Amino acid sequence: MTVNMSKGQAISLQKADGGTLTAVRMGLGWQAAPRRGLFGSRTREIDLDASAVLFADQQPTDVVFFRHLVSDDGSVRHTGDNLVGGAGQGGDDEAILVDLQRVPVHINQIIFTVNSFTGQTFTEVQNAFCRLVDETNGQELARYTLTGGGQYTAQIMAKVQRVGNGWEMKAVGEPANGRTFQDLMPHILPHL
Amino acid sequence: MTAELVRGQNHPLPQTRLEIRISAGQPIVAGATLGDEQGTVRGAEWVAHPASPQLPGIEVSKQAAADHRLAVDLGALAESVHRVTVLLALPTGVGGPVRFGSLAAPFTAVTGLDGAEVASYTVTGLDAESAVVALELYRRQGVWKVRAVGQGYAGGLAAMLQDQGLPQAAELAAEINEAVARGMARSVAQPPPRPGDDGRVRTATAGGSSDPGPVPAPPQSPVPPQPPAAAGSGGPVDYQHPGRRTATPPTPPPAVPPAAPGRPAQPVAGDASGWTMDERLYNQVWGMFEDLARTAAAYRSAVDFADSRMEQELDRVLSDPRSRIGTAADTARTEARAKHTALVDQARAALDRDLAQLAAEAEVVEPALPPAYARWDGPVWHGYQAPMEIPMALRLGDLHLPERTDLRIPMLVRLPLERGLWIDAGRSGSVEGAMLDSGSLRTLASDTAVAIAARLLAVYPVGEFQLQVIDPAGSASASYAPLLESGALRAPMAGAQGVTATLAALTRRVDLVQMAVRSGAADALPPDLDTAEQLLIVHDFPHGFDDRAVTQLRYLADEGPSVGVHLMMVADREDAREYGPVLDPLWRSLLRLTPVADDHLADPWVGHAWTFEPSLVPAGSRVLWQVMGQVARAREAYGR
Repeated sequence: MTVNMSKGQAISLQKADGGTLTAVRMGLGWQAAPRRGLFGSRTREIDLDASAVLFADQQPTDVVFFRHLVSDDGSVRHTGDNLVGGAGQGGDDEAILVDLQRVPVHINQIIFTVNSFTGQTFTEVQNAFCRLVDETNGQELARYTLTGGGQYTAQIMAKVQRVGNGWEMKAVGEPANGRTFQDLMPHILPHL
Repeated sequence: MTAELVRGQNHPLPQTRLEIRISAGQPIVAGATLGDEQGTVRGAEWVAHPASPQLPGIEVSKQAAADHRLAVDLGALAESVHRVTVLLALPTGVGGPVRFGSLAAPFTAVTGLDGAEVASYTVTGLDAESAVVALELYRRQGVWKVRAVGQGYAGGLAAMLQDQGLPQAAELAAEINEAVARGMARSVAQPPPRPGDDGRVRTATAGGSSDPGPVPAPPQSPVPPQPPAAAGSGGPVDYQHPGRRTATPPTPPPAVPPAAPGRPAQPVAGDASGWTMDERLYNQVWGMFEDLARTAAAYRSAVDFADSRMEQELDRVLSDPRSRIGTAADTARTEARAKHTALVDQARAALDRDLAQLAAEAEVVEPALPPAYARWDGPVWHGYQAPMEIPMALRLGDLHLPERTDLRIPMLVRLPLERGLWIDAGRSGSVEGAMLDSGSLRTLASDTAVAIAARLLAVYPVGEFQLQVIDPAGSASASYAPLLESGALRAPMAGAQGVTATLAALTRRVDLVQMAVRSGAADALPPDLDTAEQLLIVHDFPHGFDDRAVTQLRYLADEGPSVGVHLMMVADREDAREYGPVLDPLWRSLLRLTPVADDHLADPWVGHAWTFEPSLVPAGSRVLWQVMGQVARAREAYGR
């Protein structure tokens, strides 16, 4: 089952049986640029990057992206940078795994973003999507189709925040422009 | 055409005489219950089990086995029987696994008498269950069908039989378990891995010695059947190298017992990936190291945040002239402090939870460590025997963080050593070092060097490790007594005169081996060249060294490790200060260790400062004498 989320929609990460969500995965997939032969091919590779920024109140304390694959506390892990994309068949080409039970107590929000490192806008990238998955049962919580998303190179995708003893996910889905998450920081702050 | 069923799927059965095959990779109990139209098992006589294996129309095995073949004749069943339930259960009370989650998913297949598979079903997704209903054959409008069920029961056979409406479920379950246990007690134990490979197997006995002593026996793990040796009997040629284990599949890691609900799993030694127990323990220790680093990072970051937030809030109160004095300010201050305390308490609780889990893990891991990883006061050293293989790593000492000083992580470095070592005999700012006079600090440094050198001698196979010692002032000779008296250290310790000769010999060895490696002519090495790994220990540097010797030493430090010549310096950097910055690269290339606790090592993940403490022989202990005596005797026995 796929939940296509609309902007600003909030989903409490309570499971149907009352248990709270314990692990989520942000997946990002896109289709690699077509190859133009071997010699002299100036294939313009497409490199999208998934990042997660950890906030304590309004203050960013840690970030997980392709140059820092594991948060210092070990709760957020990036599975590795993909520089070219995949088959575009719906598989995740980059993923960030969050163990919500191990997130340090002062971290109360985690923001997930997507950036086009090589600069193509989402109109130029085929079959691009990002999604949030309940890692314990593989169920998709939210999905955004990035392809056709207009002349933007980045998206602030969603945030996961502490509510009481559990966590809640809020879809943000705001398009923006930037090469890495740093460029997005001014756009992220209003969503905290 | 085989139908591969998924859970809940059914499939018609074309014939009434069938065989049900079960394979689980581990001995399990297989049985069958008969049910009436409502699915109720009317009594104990409706259950086919090891103590009563035959019923009209069905026959099961008399004992637990990894593979079962149940014979079923649906036509011979009583008219009142409408359902045959095939059940699997783990034998209890025999020390095997207690949950299906710890073994491979059981495979079941319904076949005709000719062996052709009609339908198969792999029972996946099991966890803490110890009994499971695998398949169900049922009669629907005169036609028999099979359905994949896969319903597990954490309460075991009793719970399962109860669920099927059997009045005396508990009694029958007890009877079945008893019959199975009796059968298993009689059966021949599985062969130990690689029998006759004495001393080589570190996988079975966690210590690598024949007498594991008080080492807790690892939970029984399934041992893959060894291929029969082709001992020149005209059988197929065995291409396997007899002394190499890489081709055989690794024994699976020990099963982790099920966790009580709401509590973390019980730790088990060797609970990590790896081809051997040696490798698993190495990975586990490094996993604990990383976990401790990360949980401490989480705690420190939370406390830092709490501190800075409180500071900001207090500042805000101060900077507001309206609220600077009066009750409003007091309330704000109290609130800020309370917020701080609450967050720090929460962080501390999370840290304590993690630390308790790591401490429990350390408690089971430490006694299971083989000699190369064990502390000198570990019992595994008392059963020491010369090993046959180089271990993966060596323990240099312990690491801990101030958050919990009694939680010690073994500091393991890979063998062969990738870097030289520098035992710092200087008083370089550490608190403990400052309390000692320089003489006793030097003695401690010598003891540290000897403890590491002796450990290397002990964990390398006989004759594969050589020690060279340069002790120009003779100040370290007392520390070497156990090595010298036992005969484990044969090469005389070089005094001031021997510096040049020792360095020249090692330099020649490095040159020759490098040439041989580069030209691919390893067999052209002169016969007198010792190919064993070499460790050169230099005491009192630069005493007795001239410029030429210093140059040679730097050459050895740079080029040696790649060709098996390692360097250990026991030195105070201050003593060599007249050489100036030319020696800086040398010091930097060495791994600095301290003879007393000192927080100078950083972990590779977060970069905390870890306090290192060397692994020293406890005062008054004879373990070093004993071990070194064993090394010398083994050498004699091997004629090396």
